[in-house]
Amino acid sequence: MELHITLPLTKEKAASLHCGDAVYLSGVLYTARDAAHQRLIALLEQGGTPPFPLEDAVIYYTGPTPAQPGQVIGSAGPTTSYRMDAYSPTLIRRGQRGMIGKGKRSPAVIQAMQEYGAVYFGAIGGAGALLATRIKQAKVIAFEDLGPEAIHRLVVEDFPVTVVIDSQGNSLYEVGRAAYLAQQNSEKTDAL
Amino acid sequence: MREISVNELIPVIRRLCIDANRRLPGDVKNAIMACRTCESWGPAQDILDKITENYTLAENQALPICQDTGLACVFIDIGQEVHLSGDLSAAVDEGVRQGYRDGYLRKSVVKDPLRRGNTGDNTPAMLYTRFVDGDRVMLTVAPKGFGSENMSQIKMLRPSDGEQGVLDFVVSVVEAAGPNPCPPIVVGVGLGGSFDKAALLAKRALLRETGKPNEDVYYAELEAKLLERINRLGIGPQGYGGRTTALSVAIETMPTHIAGLPCAVNINCHVARHATEVL
Repeated sequence: MELHITLPLTKEKAASLHCGDAVYLSGVLYTARDAAHQRLIALLEQGGTPPFPLEDAVIYYTGPTPAQPGQVIGSAGPTTSYRMDAYSPTLIRRGQRGMIGKGKRSPAVIQAMQEYGAVYFGAIGGAGALLATRIKQAKVIAFEDLGPEAIHRLVVEDFPVTVVIDSQGNSLYEVGRAAYLAQQNSEKTDAL
Repeated sequence: MREISVNELIPVIRRLCIDANRRLPGDVKNAIMACRTCESWGPAQDILDKITENYTLAENQALPICQDTGLACVFIDIGQEVHLSGDLSAAVDEGVRQGYRDGYLRKSVVKDPLRRGNTGDNTPAMLYTRFVDGDRVMLTVAPKGFGSENMSQIKMLRPSDGEQGVLDFVVSVVEAAGPNPCPPIVVGVGLGGSFDKAALLAKRALLRETGKPNEDVYYAELEAKLLERINRLGIGPQGYGGRTTALSVAIETMPTHIAGLPCAVNINCHVARHATEVL
């Protein structure tokens, strides 16, 4: 399925997405990776107000390269998500609805996703120049001292992602690989 | 004795950092193209096309191919007939500093592994020097992304584990990595030496022209066997399923202890960057 979704990602929109869907996101994303997650969680634990509304937010795990003159942002592809596994369940319980990254997630993250109806999207790792063309505005809104790890508010148009793990807990990493291997096996059987 | 001031290396390192990050080497492009031809799975074909579109865009518009512009791994082969005057590692770091600043590359280095804190200029470089015959200096910059670096492993195998043990370990590392290191990957294997040498051999294996087999026919066959087993795993580009899990496997070896069979596996993503210049 190919779908166009306008952000924020409400629970209803999230529930309509299934593992393997090609999705084009438009609207506001927030960037955060290792150090920003650590600070966000510390802030929440101290009872502070997060620098952006967590409710229905989609967080993009990326640390972009610096923008060249005339550019909105530099290259901005996804970083590996499992490093955020320690923090994601807390953020999901606080309303975060979507994550964009690449690679596997922990059972605890997947359980929180199922419980609260969140979605994990994959963007193509190593395609940061191409992905940056869909980012129309970018602004650092918190933790500027972290440099590339600062939290950016991005406005994106038709940002291409794939639903890797849906709110039911189905994973493309399992389903996609199994489907490919099944096809290979059936070709082998046909050949016999 | 040929005299070279280390200051002459600074603009070269600067240029190599920028070039490596913007222009994918031809051998890697060819490997991606060859895999695209062999790939029969639709979603995998689509990803390989996007990857191709990305490196083409990066090259044409002078952008970093990937936002993880890496740790600057610098390899310098110094001819024994050359005298380098000045502080070599300071000069390399200055080249990296200038390259990452002027090339709008990401500064991805923290000054302490536990206490963190970005150094702000992507230094220090990971510098390896080697003495070779002749009067030339060969510099290679290989920016190394950490999504793939984090999926690398080393195991001190037993001599009795033999070839089968090596094959099984390498494949297990790739399978455990799954979608995390941005497949299709390039697999560097270091066999022999000591604990530390094996890791360095694996890293140096990643510098070899992608797809070029080992000159030793025995190891060339082992590389082919590994690539075939890895590409039967079904992980595919980005882990969404497909044939193309790895673009190539390169093995580098050296003598080792009678009790040992060190085996290091260094994984690189499809943005397998390296740029070289000879002075």
